[in-house]
Amino acid sequence: MDQFEGYLVLNTGDVLSGKWLSEPFCQEGELVFNTAMTGYQEVITDPSYAGQIVSLTYPLIGNYGCNDQTNESVHTALSGLIISTPCFDPEHYQSHYSLVDFVNRVGIPTLYDIDTRALTKIIREHGEVYGKITTDPNDQPVQMSVDPELVKHVSVKESVYYSPQANLLEKHVVVFDYGHKQSIVDALLKAGCEVTVVPYDTSYLTIQSLDPDAVIFSNGPGDPASLSAFLPTVKAVAETYPTLGICLGHQLIALAFGGKTSRLPYGHRGSNHPVKDLATGKVMITSQNHGYVVKETTIDQSQWCISHLNVNDQSVEGLRHKTKAIQTVQFHPEAHPGPVDTHHIFADFVESLCLKGAKQHA
Amino acid sequence: MPKLTEIKKVLVIGSGPIVIGQAAEFDYAGTQACLALKEEGIEVILVNNNPATIMTDENIADQIYLEPLTVESVSKIIAKEKPDGLLPTLGGQTGLNLAMALTDAGVLAQHQVTLLGTPLETIQKGEDREIFKSMMKEINEPIAESQSVESVAEACEFANQIEYPLIVRPAYTLGGAGGGIATNQAELTRIVKNGLHQSPIHQVLIEQSVKGWKEIEYEVMRDGNDTCVIICNMENFDPVGVHTGDSIVVAPTQTLTDQQHQMLRSSSVKVIRELGVIGGCNIQFALDPTSDDYIIIEVNPRVSRSSALASKATGYPIARIAAKLALGYHLDEVLNPITGDTYASFEPAIDYIALKIPRWPFDKFYQADRSLGTQMKATGEVMALARNFPAALNKAVRSLELGLDSLVCPGIEKLTNQQLEEGIVSPTDQRLFLLAEMLRRGYNISQLKAFTGITKYFLEELKRMIDFEVSLSKKGWEHVAASELKQAKQYSIPNSRLASLLAIEEQTVLDIINQLDLSASYKMVDTCAAEFSADTPYFYSSWQEYDEVEALDKKHRVVVLGSGPIRIGQGVEFDYCSVHAAFSLKDQGVAAIVINNNPETVSTDYSTADHLYFEPLTVEDVRQVVNKEQADGVLIQYGGQTAINLAEGLSQHGINVIGTDLSMIEKTEDREQFYQLLNDLSIPHIPGATVMSVADAKAVAAEIGYPVLMRPSYVIGGQGMVVLKNERELDDYLSTLIEQTPSSRLFPLLIDQFIIGDEVEIDAVCDGEDIIIPGIFEHVERAGVHSGDSVAIFPAPNLTSEHKATIEDYTRKISQYLNIRGIINIQFVMSEDRQTIYVLEVNPRASRTVPIASKITGVEMIDLATKVQMGKKLRDQGWMLGLHKEVPFYAVKMPIFSSTKLPGVDPILSPEMKSTGEAIGIGNTVEAALAKAFGWKEEHFLPISEEKGLFLSIASVSEELIKALKTITGKVVATKDTAQLLLANGYQVDHVLTEQDAQMAIENEQFNVVCDQQSPMIRAQGLMVGAVVLSRIETLTAYLNAWQHKEVEPNTLKGYQNGVNDLNKVKVEV
Repeated sequence: MDQFEGYLVLNTGDVLSGKWLSEPFCQEGELVFNTAMTGYQEVITDPSYAGQIVSLTYPLIGNYGCNDQTNESVHTALSGLIISTPCFDPEHYQSHYSLVDFVNRVGIPTLYDIDTRALTKIIREHGEVYGKITTDPNDQPVQMSVDPELVKHVSVKESVYYSPQANLLEKHVVVFDYGHKQSIVDALLKAGCEVTVVPYDTSYLTIQSLDPDAVIFSNGPGDPASLSAFLPTVKAVAETYPTLGICLGHQLIALAFGGKTSRLPYGHRGSNHPVKDLATGKVMITSQNHGYVVKETTIDQSQWCISHLNVNDQSVEGLRHKTKAIQTVQFHPEAHPGPVDTHHIFADFVESLCLKGAKQHA
Repeated sequence: MPKLTEIKKVLVIGSGPIVIGQAAEFDYAGTQACLALKEEGIEVILVNNNPATIMTDENIADQIYLEPLTVESVSKIIAKEKPDGLLPTLGGQTGLNLAMALTDAGVLAQHQVTLLGTPLETIQKGEDREIFKSMMKEINEPIAESQSVESVAEACEFANQIEYPLIVRPAYTLGGAGGGIATNQAELTRIVKNGLHQSPIHQVLIEQSVKGWKEIEYEVMRDGNDTCVIICNMENFDPVGVHTGDSIVVAPTQTLTDQQHQMLRSSSVKVIRELGVIGGCNIQFALDPTSDDYIIIEVNPRVSRSSALASKATGYPIARIAAKLALGYHLDEVLNPITGDTYASFEPAIDYIALKIPRWPFDKFYQADRSLGTQMKATGEVMALARNFPAALNKAVRSLELGLDSLVCPGIEKLTNQQLEEGIVSPTDQRLFLLAEMLRRGYNISQLKAFTGITKYFLEELKRMIDFEVSLSKKGWEHVAASELKQAKQYSIPNSRLASLLAIEEQTVLDIINQLDLSASYKMVDTCAAEFSADTPYFYSSWQEYDEVEALDKKHRVVVLGSGPIRIGQGVEFDYCSVHAAFSLKDQGVAAIVINNNPETVSTDYSTADHLYFEPLTVEDVRQVVNKEQADGVLIQYGGQTAINLAEGLSQHGINVIGTDLSMIEKTEDREQFYQLLNDLSIPHIPGATVMSVADAKAVAAEIGYPVLMRPSYVIGGQGMVVLKNERELDDYLSTLIEQTPSSRLFPLLIDQFIIGDEVEIDAVCDGEDIIIPGIFEHVERAGVHSGDSVAIFPAPNLTSEHKATIEDYTRKISQYLNIRGIINIQFVMSEDRQTIYVLEVNPRASRTVPIASKITGVEMIDLATKVQMGKKLRDQGWMLGLHKEVPFYAVKMPIFSSTKLPGVDPILSPEMKSTGEAIGIGNTVEAALAKAFGWKEEHFLPISEEKGLFLSIASVSEELIKALKTITGKVVATKDTAQLLLANGYQVDHVLTEQDAQMAIENEQFNVVCDQQSPMIRAQGLMVGAVVLSRIETLTAYLNAWQHKEVEPNTLKGYQNGVNDLNKVKVEV
């Protein structure tokens, strides 16, 4: 095993030295940390991490190996991975590759033996941090802002159609792909829906021609404000079809209806975020991965109600339109990784389509 | 939701004395819960008869009853106090069982007491395996095939339907007592028979075994609004088959995919919702390593040992939050006290590994069966936190205090490969060390996995560390790179181990490490993996660069050493002392820094000290903390022998050991110097000497005359201590000792003449000039019984004023001579004619009687001692000096044994300590106090009736015994010799039995009390059937006398003390 030194150089001036887990190659990105203690493969393959170097706060990574079933996307999008202690000889009945094999297969620059807790505190204190994984400790990151074209990179180029294996409902759901996780599609298929994943820039007319029963605006990377050109389409589609927005999709809907988003100090990324359902008063533990948030004060409360709030920082976690069939959530009901406490959101969404019976055309 | 407004007064039931399966974790949980209730303005009534606890401290509850944990006693308390609510889920199995019994007896309904928190039906659902089984079937959660049976025949019938091996689990027993794994019908018959005896409802569950599956635990909380959170999950190093209390456990799980974790998480949530738990709940799963199949093993709807571990592993205070939920709060309404600004309705994320190793008593009970199965045998546990597995393991092994600094356990290297292979197939306490030896011998992971079923990940991690050690030792000192040394420290390999691997001096290792500027850095436990800033964090060492300790801003900073894992001879009483030392420092404006590694205790609660370090208690680990904190010094008197043993090493590194001078401590530990000291002070000591060889031992023994008392030096709990009647016994003893002890530690041995007299002991606070002795403890048993195993009465009822004056005089002389600053314990033995008082031993530290003396008299001894150590004068503290006037009531300290949990351990009293805990009984007369102490728990103070009488087989009698026997109205049976002995002394028994017939009669449950000095078989049989088994006539006499004074009202400690609080206070002149 090559154990020569690799470096994570940050725009804060910090240089953290580690060892190469992957083949050494340099790459830049925004630094973020994820606090989930399981689900590293799901994190690595989540397109929402496009443009980001992800540090995993749990130090022992790779213990149960990697496989072909757990990927959240075909192509990994993140810019780099930082961990503390890898496992080189994993054992699990599903495991096909070690973490080393995996990061090399998918080509992610990865450093280990890094004090990830120190890195977490740097990110927490500075908020927005950019860095470069490099072979040279004197290197410096060039990138100083979030790439506005991230979604373009991770979205499908052409529509992809999926048909369910069982429980056929004869309901067709279109997923706007801003960098969707496969688990969203899987959840819909499992519920018996047909699914068409469409590129992020699909027009209203194209959607109409697909004749969906409902639309989901998916999760995805980057600053939602960089997608302002597409907001009219988002609004028109959402007003026409029963709609569910997830993560970036939630933010885009809020923007399309006149709300504003802002950057969180250092994001919510992990599997332990408590969210309160204001209708029931119950708290659910959710999987989250977002750096931006909908500003509560910018929501038109005559049209919208806030359905969910984050228990820790009281940030907006979900919206529901008062008259139209539009619901949005900031967290990830599809989980993977993370708890399935909010999985009922898919079930409720699909059930509402069935209750409505006939298609609801504008 | 606001809290339940109608609840203003709450009764909390504690878990009572420490027994195997129920240790200090309930002091921690109970203390947290009581404080959480008080915070809400609730009046807290506490019943707990374990005096060595923080929970029973004056400021923890409003009314404290140190009274028996029986339906009778608690019913009276309820009638008197009329509480609105009862919180039963914090006192372990004892608390739960008592709450259920009180409900069944109609006491709660009669007094309109609401059961708070988890509903009773839930508790029954969790505890009654049949109900639990059908409930799990209803909600489609998988469980093992099983059946509850009430007879051996039923068990065999069920066994015929499914395959062996089968697990036997008795209903409603602690720590799985009486359970086991049967691989054939003969074993099944034996285990079921025993299990039926142990179960209070005579029921056992026969269950299909999933031996070899991964054992996984989830700690879940649920509030009244149905919000559920997982605090922590844990994975057992040992696969299913070993009781979780006896398993090495890591948190979080290491080898489960996110999908598997979520699968078990969802199952946990489903189960806790179905049960309707309000508060904490522990769920144990078995997970097939070759698929996603799982079964639920069991559910504990209460705080437990696992919840204490989960609390310390994550920082999330489960018991505290559970108490709030019981009052009606919701999780999102309760602040997470660690972060201070996030709420309890989240799931902790940790960024380290927590590893627990149980602490077993086999170093003391070498005759006990060391195999581990479904019946828990550990007395305590240690936890280590680290950034990698090898570091956690190394820290935990050091924390066990087995004299090991690595996975090398002396003696194992002598075993053959075949012995090793046989040794790891069935789990024992030594399996970890056997595995390490096999890896050193080149066994591969697949082989070890095949033998043990242990998940490969854990074996790989062991191998990683062993390979690293081997590579270092092959390299030799000159060729070791700085990066390798850093790696060694990141694996937490101590300098002593590095020195032996590299064949150099330990000091050389230290010098090089200092030259390389390598040092330990400390990371925080903050519940959130650094996502949020933390208010009251605690720390663990790593050797990664970044250190998070912010210097404490007080002028003086002092380290208090804890006492490590609970073991026989060093129990929760030392945790009590460490905690009080920390509190006292804080009161005095001094920053208190606590180091300890026991996850069960109050001392490792984040709120006890200003800074808490979860670290092993070795010179190296402590020195690093002292340096990091720039502490003024270290207090070593409160953490038992663990802390005292570090004094010399710390001092050699230039660390200020506060209090008594080290050379003076040495004088009490070194027998020669000690006798010299007593001679100088003209204080009589028992004739004796220190010997350095076998020949020497024989000569000295002959000279002072048999019987002699013999023991290795520097021991705790009388380990290896024996009374030898002649040279043959001496020979036998020495040859056994030589087999068990590495020769380097065998000598010196101490030999004393054995004087059969009454024993007394004192604890005193001293400042070099003055002393305060709150009172004298008198032992019921005469010499020859370890002080920890004797029944002790306080204040001493049978001493003359001359005796007391002599004891006070000796104590003053000794403490002045030694310039004791702090606390001291002195044990005395009186000659048979009570004319001479010998000093038996001097312990320059707190002892197990300190909490009792402090609580009964109100003299906060540890606080005073700490003040003295911080430079204050005893005479300025508001207390009278010298031996205090006696309180007008009595307390009895009753040793409690866990003998039924440890097959092979003879319950006979001897100089070697065997008890695991102690109960207290308080009364206005000695007999009343004794009655409460003997009757500490249901079915422990049994009557001697016609049907169930007293069996006697004893070698001596006393006048007192004869007198007491004459009060018995029930049946008294004895062996022929005993009957003759009694007759000669004026007492005639009802029947005479041969030993063989007696054994049969005992097995047939014809006796409630067995007093036997002759036959281990008889005593073992007595234990099996749940009789009271005694082995000393003094104890029996006390038992019989106490029985005459059984009917006593419970009272609070304050009630007993009423009007005597100021007895020994200095009157302030106006």
